[in-house]
Amino acid sequence: MAQQRGLKGFYVGLTAIAVVGAGALYLARGRGADPQTIDPTPVAAGGFPGYAIGPDSAPVTIVEYADFECGACAQFAILTGPDIKERLVATGRVRWIFRDFPIEGHRNAMPAHLAAACADEQGQFWAMHDQIFFNHGRWVPEARPERRFREFARAIGLDGDRFDDCLSSGRYRERILATRQEGVTRGIGSTPTFEINDQRMIGLMGYDELRAHVDRLAPVQP
Amino acid sequence: MVGAALALAGLLVSLYLWLWKIGALGVLACGDGGCETVQLSEYAMLFGLPVAFYGVVGYAAMLAVCLTGLHGRPTERAWPTAALLALSGGGVAFSAYLTYLEAAVIHAWCRWCIVSAVIVTLVFGTAVVGFRRKAWKRGA
Repeated sequence: MAQQRGLKGFYVGLTAIAVVGAGALYLARGRGADPQTIDPTPVAAGGFPGYAIGPDSAPVTIVEYADFECGACAQFAILTGPDIKERLVATGRVRWIFRDFPIEGHRNAMPAHLAAACADEQGQFWAMHDQIFFNHGRWVPEARPERRFREFARAIGLDGDRFDDCLSSGRYRERILATRQEGVTRGIGSTPTFEINDQRMIGLMGYDELRAHVDRLAPVQP
Repeated sequence: MVGAALALAGLLVSLYLWLWKIGALGVLACGDGGCETVQLSEYAMLFGLPVAFYGVVGYAAMLAVCLTGLHGRPTERAWPTAALLALSGGGVAFSAYLTYLEAAVIHAWCRWCIVSAVIVTLVFGTAVVGFRRKAWKRGA
């Protein structure tokens, strides 16, 4: 009898832990939507401003801190990127800036960021950006991913010799690390992180959520 | 009972990490970004599934075994203790490997992963104590 009472109390306690835990998980669902207000000054004097697409005059500027090896960043680029480019950037509402934030420990992140910088030399950063993210599974597990980046360079019509020279030289390494360090100084701790004008959003966002922020900052005129 | 409560706590922690990994949660409450670094590393996936998912399955199995062991006569409870010992022993070994990766390969600490490692070690400890008690009772 006493054991039955003990078991009943145990199950009540266990259920209470489960309910509290489930509640905490439920509340955590919306945490990515909480914006932080930040200093909108994005780049130190003389620093690299990032890779931009969209007009200077756009009412909303979105800075994305991303790591090419980050799975969530790839997911964002594949699922949300095309909608952003077509419906927000091409319509002149948003200027999108990509900033390098290779995560330490991601062994292939730096070569990927170098490949993107070398493609930018030939005016093809965004084409390489898409190649790198859309083919994420092909180069991330590689011991030497450079050959994949050379394939991507050929696929988007880059001058192969010039791209190879650039990639081999690693001449953008310091710039990439400086951009990353600047992000760290500004409080970036994970990828992807978005700065929408003066609001910082951490973590993956879907198109509708991002569009809602743009609409709030720059309402569409009727 | 202690094992069941710990397994439930471990289940909630691994569920939290898994839900974040599949994009169901916005931000990991981690403090310094170490959790994201670890969770976004190549080592956060195993055989095409998030490592945290194996934690969810493992802790759910431990919880089920613990609850099964609370019912029936003592002689019928011997196998759940042995099963808990095996499951939590595997969990300790796997957690040790993951902790090594954090320290030596990824160079970042995921606090929730460490919490999970501590929990599974405690579950293993309760399983060892339970197993020895049963062995002692059988011997007496």
